[in-house]
Amino acid sequence: MKTVLEVKQLCKSYQKNVVAAHNVSFSIREGEFVTLLGPSGCGKTTTLRMIAGFEFPDSGQVILDDQEVSNQPPYKRPVNMMFQDFALWPHMSVEKNIGYGLMIAGEKKTAISEKVMKVLDLVDLKQKAANFPQELSIGQKQRIALARAIVNEPRILLLDEPMSALDAKLREAMQTELRELQKSLQITFVMVTHDQTEAMRMSDRIIVMKAGEVEQIGTPTELYETPRSPYVADFLGQSNILVGKINNQAGINYAEIASGQSLAFVNRFEHIQDKTKVIICIRPEKIQIEPKNKENPDKVNIVTGTVVNSAYSGNSIRYVIEIDKKTRITVDQQLMRSIDNSDVAQFGDKVDCLIPPDAISVFFE
Amino acid sequence: MANYLRKRLIFWSVVSGPFIWWAFVLLIPYLIMFALSFYTRKFPFHVPDLQLGNYLTLITDPQYYTVFVRTIRVAFSVSIVSLLLSFPLAYFLARKIKSVRLQLLLYVATIIPLWVSYLLRAYTWKTILGSEGVLNSFFIWAGFIEEPFAFLLYNQAAMIITMSYIFMPFMVMPIYASLEKIPDSLINASKDLGAGRFTSFIRITFPLSMPGVLAGFTLTFCMASGDFISPVLVGGPYSNMIANVVTSQFGLAMNWPLGSAIAVVLLFIVLLVISVSDRFERTGRVNLS
Repeated sequence: MKTVLEVKQLCKSYQKNVVAAHNVSFSIREGEFVTLLGPSGCGKTTTLRMIAGFEFPDSGQVILDDQEVSNQPPYKRPVNMMFQDFALWPHMSVEKNIGYGLMIAGEKKTAISEKVMKVLDLVDLKQKAANFPQELSIGQKQRIALARAIVNEPRILLLDEPMSALDAKLREAMQTELRELQKSLQITFVMVTHDQTEAMRMSDRIIVMKAGEVEQIGTPTELYETPRSPYVADFLGQSNILVGKINNQAGINYAEIASGQSLAFVNRFEHIQDKTKVIICIRPEKIQIEPKNKENPDKVNIVTGTVVNSAYSGNSIRYVIEIDKKTRITVDQQLMRSIDNSDVAQFGDKVDCLIPPDAISVFFE
Repeated sequence: MANYLRKRLIFWSVVSGPFIWWAFVLLIPYLIMFALSFYTRKFPFHVPDLQLGNYLTLITDPQYYTVFVRTIRVAFSVSIVSLLLSFPLAYFLARKIKSVRLQLLLYVATIIPLWVSYLLRAYTWKTILGSEGVLNSFFIWAGFIEEPFAFLLYNQAAMIITMSYIFMPFMVMPIYASLEKIPDSLINASKDLGAGRFTSFIRITFPLSMPGVLAGFTLTFCMASGDFISPVLVGGPYSNMIANVVTSQFGLAMNWPLGSAIAVVLLFIVLLVISVSDRFERTGRVNLS
């Protein structure tokens, strides 16, 4: 696929040396849905605003369709933005709001109203054409903001926290809808969010950012299964993050999470010293839990602990298991079939935790 | 029941003070003035009557209706001049200055003249525009002219300049308030959709600041149309305004009924302007929150 957008070594700092973005680089292919993900202050919004043209980079380049646009004002860039607060103009009707860009571009009135009606139909709000924004519900406002941003057929649609104003239920519905719309329109979407679930659900690829820098880029699966840092492992989904060390036994490296409790893991390191301090991340849902001393044919990677908390939530049970005084792990047991009370391990029960080697990610400190 | 009575009592004891004040210093004087306007004048007295002679005089005697026309014209000019000066200032204050402290400082600097006596501020222009004044002295010192310009002072232009200066804060305040609360995203959205800065201003920023413009315009117009100090200080012979005529009717001329009739007409002109601007504001009103 063709590359639509290339961002090269973008740097931006605000007064008092607050670094908002540092050496941000990535490229986006045509028709992709890419999300910039990170907590507030990680530089994702600044990056988006530099793509839109509301901020200019201190250094680095924004390249759109092989043309550098780094210092071009927003009105000269073929990208459109859907704003967090929707930014609908209260003194214009829905129709005028949506037709604004076309009118500025000098299109004929008949062509404008035809296109406006087409997108209104697309977002299912044809009957609201004559209404004013303040007469719409939040969900309707969002659709109108979306319609206004796509009617000009931008090369890229930028979405700044598009779901933050919606309640949980509406948000989930809109996530699916927006994703379907993106696939059918084949417009490239670049979205900013701090919500990892939203990012995973909607994106083809996610760019995880941290303190102004790109931490990792990948598909949701890649990021979840092979995070490159504890930060990513923690940010996407749940993770047990333990401090331990490498324990070399007969030439094989194990991760020691507590004294006498060493685990085999998929080794991605070329050379690693014995006793090196490492951070060990384990996904709670990949740990299997069984009563202690049950016959386990495969005795690899079992740690024993005591249940200190259990919380049943219908489709899963969350246990907190104490391995030793300093180490606790969280285990999510997925429930595929019906259970009764005796199936839930109780406080104080001794249990075996089976941790498959590929559920363990090991990082240097 | 006792509780209900007690609440009533408390309510009236709080409200009655302001209510009585309002009735005695506003409502009753207005009613007296309104009644007086139908009286007949029998020098040196005015006797109770119910006739429209005073109002007829206003329509038929050119010395009165020309003053009305002049007052409206001057008040309108003052509002326009004041708007032209205030809008850029308010725009600069509200949308161009990024530092909140500087913004506050300049805003206070704009409204601080309101703490100085009106008379003093009007008099200032006399010392600026007069033949011995700052401007003329400068021109002579710089060698541009030999004799001082006489046309700077004592005419309607001087009056309009003075009043525009005096009422400017009342224009700046509402415009600033309406410009300041426009979210940046509304203007960014316009630029994002292809409109340049000028187009964005004309199509988005200015329409959204209309409530402030209308409020400022109305306020300035009403205050300017009731002014009687500037005409006396800097206006010269042909600058009499309605308020001056009212003053003289109640004073030297001792014609209270005619004075009242003039005041009533002025009151209705002002109410008309307010209701028209209110109508405009209502249709254009938008909720920015």
